[in-house]
Amino acid sequence: MKAAAALATGGSDYCETSSTRICLAREGADEKNRQYSLWCRACAAGAPSAIWCQLMTSAESPAARRALGSITDLLDRHIGWFTLGPAILLLLLLTVYPIINVVLMAGSSIHFEAGQEVWKFALWSNLRELEHDRIFRVALRNTAIYAVASVLIEMALGLGLAILVSSMRRMKGFMRTLLIVPILLPPVAIGSMWKLMYSFDFGVMNQVVTGLGFQPVNWLGSTSLALISVIIVDVWHWTPFVFLILFAAVEGLPTEVIEAARIDGARTYDIVFKIIIPLLKPAIIVAALFRTILAFKVFDEIFLLTSGGPGNSTEVVSLYLYQVFFEQNQLGYGALLSLAIITATIVFILIGYRVKSATEAS
Amino acid sequence: MLVLRGYSRLIGIFLLTLSAFIIVAPFLWVALQSFKYEIQILQGTWFTEPTLHNYVDVLWSQRSDFLKNVLNSMIVAGVSTICVLVVGTLAAYSLARLRWKRWIAAGFLAWTLVFNMIPPLTLVGPWFLIFREIGLLQSLFALVLTHITLNLPMTVWMMMAYFNELPRDIEEAAMVDGCRRIDAFWRVSLPLVAPGLIAAGVLAFVFSWNEFAVALNLTSRATATVPVAIAQFSQQYEVQNGQMAAASVLSTIPALLLMFFGQKFIIQGLTMGAVK
Repeated sequence: MKAAAALATGGSDYCETSSTRICLAREGADEKNRQYSLWCRACAAGAPSAIWCQLMTSAESPAARRALGSITDLLDRHIGWFTLGPAILLLLLLTVYPIINVVLMAGSSIHFEAGQEVWKFALWSNLRELEHDRIFRVALRNTAIYAVASVLIEMALGLGLAILVSSMRRMKGFMRTLLIVPILLPPVAIGSMWKLMYSFDFGVMNQVVTGLGFQPVNWLGSTSLALISVIIVDVWHWTPFVFLILFAAVEGLPTEVIEAARIDGARTYDIVFKIIIPLLKPAIIVAALFRTILAFKVFDEIFLLTSGGPGNSTEVVSLYLYQVFFEQNQLGYGALLSLAIITATIVFILIGYRVKSATEAS
Repeated sequence: MLVLRGYSRLIGIFLLTLSAFIIVAPFLWVALQSFKYEIQILQGTWFTEPTLHNYVDVLWSQRSDFLKNVLNSMIVAGVSTICVLVVGTLAAYSLARLRWKRWIAAGFLAWTLVFNMIPPLTLVGPWFLIFREIGLLQSLFALVLTHITLNLPMTVWMMMAYFNELPRDIEEAAMVDGCRRIDAFWRVSLPLVAPGLIAAGVLAFVFSWNEFAVALNLTSRATATVPVAIAQFSQQYEVQNGQMAAASVLSTIPALLLMFFGQKFIIQGLTMGAVK
């Protein structure tokens, strides 16, 4: 297999190597690539793939054929820019240009007069506002609590579920099907569903609580509980995602190691904590990173459930941005906040990258 | 794999049943509410004669534009998915197969990563101003553009992984036989990454269908998508709980359909790259 690859990619001499030889060398080498070897067999049997290319350019009339040919020639000659170009253009217009705009906006105050934007230089007052912005600090703190708590709980539950499901002989497919559902539901629908369930008067959560003989709980209305309630929703929503990733990883583990450990008399506890979890470490890190990013971006559910209230007890970064931009109409100051958040994200990525390469090196 | 026996097996089965119940229960309870009259919901009655009143109200009443919203969502999710597949697959092919200068490739990938990690709301403000400037504010076109951009990083990274799994020799063999690069891409590589296209397409469609933060700020009443409409049901002065439940249940239908028909691809898409 490797020899064939080397033959094919080995610098300038691959032109002399006939594709038939490559194919013969490849044939049957790789069980997974059966589809390609089918194709290879076809060309080994003397059906050159050039036929396909002729098929593509054979239009009805010669003129149309020539026109089509010249277009494909043009495409072929500049294929790099035709393939990557659209994506670059899109990113330049819709991400890079807006971020340049954010930088400009951050130093200004913008308001609308008779449908016209009026920009004024206000960098210093914006910075002063940021310095004294108590709510932004609360939002940062809440986002951190929210992200750390929900990711930790989801990792623990997801890992437990993954190991448990993989130890079952039946129900594997069923559990996996069931657990995809919350990931695919619109976060807004999840927010409104849980809003109904958390309702003080008629929600099912309070029916359960009173059924157990306790006082009804004000899930979303009390400052001490609201953040916890929101975290519960997040755990319900995203534990399945962690489960999916870790379950795929558990299923991919080498069974021999675990068999050997069991034959040597290891207990279930030891197998789980000393073999399975250490082997899963890379997948666990990836799942935790994915989840942290998503938790940091949270907006929809909290917007639906509490809109940041009561007080500022569930105010998170995205929600505060929305309020500054679109409720208080402070476009300039909102841009400064955005800039701060983008910078913080890039710093986070750099740190994460360092951690990742450090763990890979060790 | 781990094998549980005796009591621990029973406990395991119990825990699994419990978690399956916890996943399903909220959905069932809300579905149950959607078949009740408002007064019955407020009283917390459990068993009532089911009524379709809420669904009729959501879909056909004067006050709600739900069907219009569904149409908007369909257009936005459908068009943006097709566009992001085209743009993203081409870019992924380009980065995986063609020789780019290191700084271009690395810069492109790093930028998509950063963009994927920042909260979209940091960019909604400038988007609002830009689209306002060129007169596209509150149009479906603007929303489609932003959704393509939001889903581009995921598509590029996923499709790159699929292209990298294909051996280069396949394409090179075709080119030695006289295919041009573009034919090799179209005739040989693209059919082989079809599973990846489906996985990326399904996920892009779901994300676009579910997207709320951008749609909330860039649409008007006429161009609102389904999530925006659901949010409005719960933000009105007089909260209509039954309608809220009915609208939530209706909005989950595409997700449920995809779960049944595209499950394999969704799992592939969600877990890929994490498990190697």
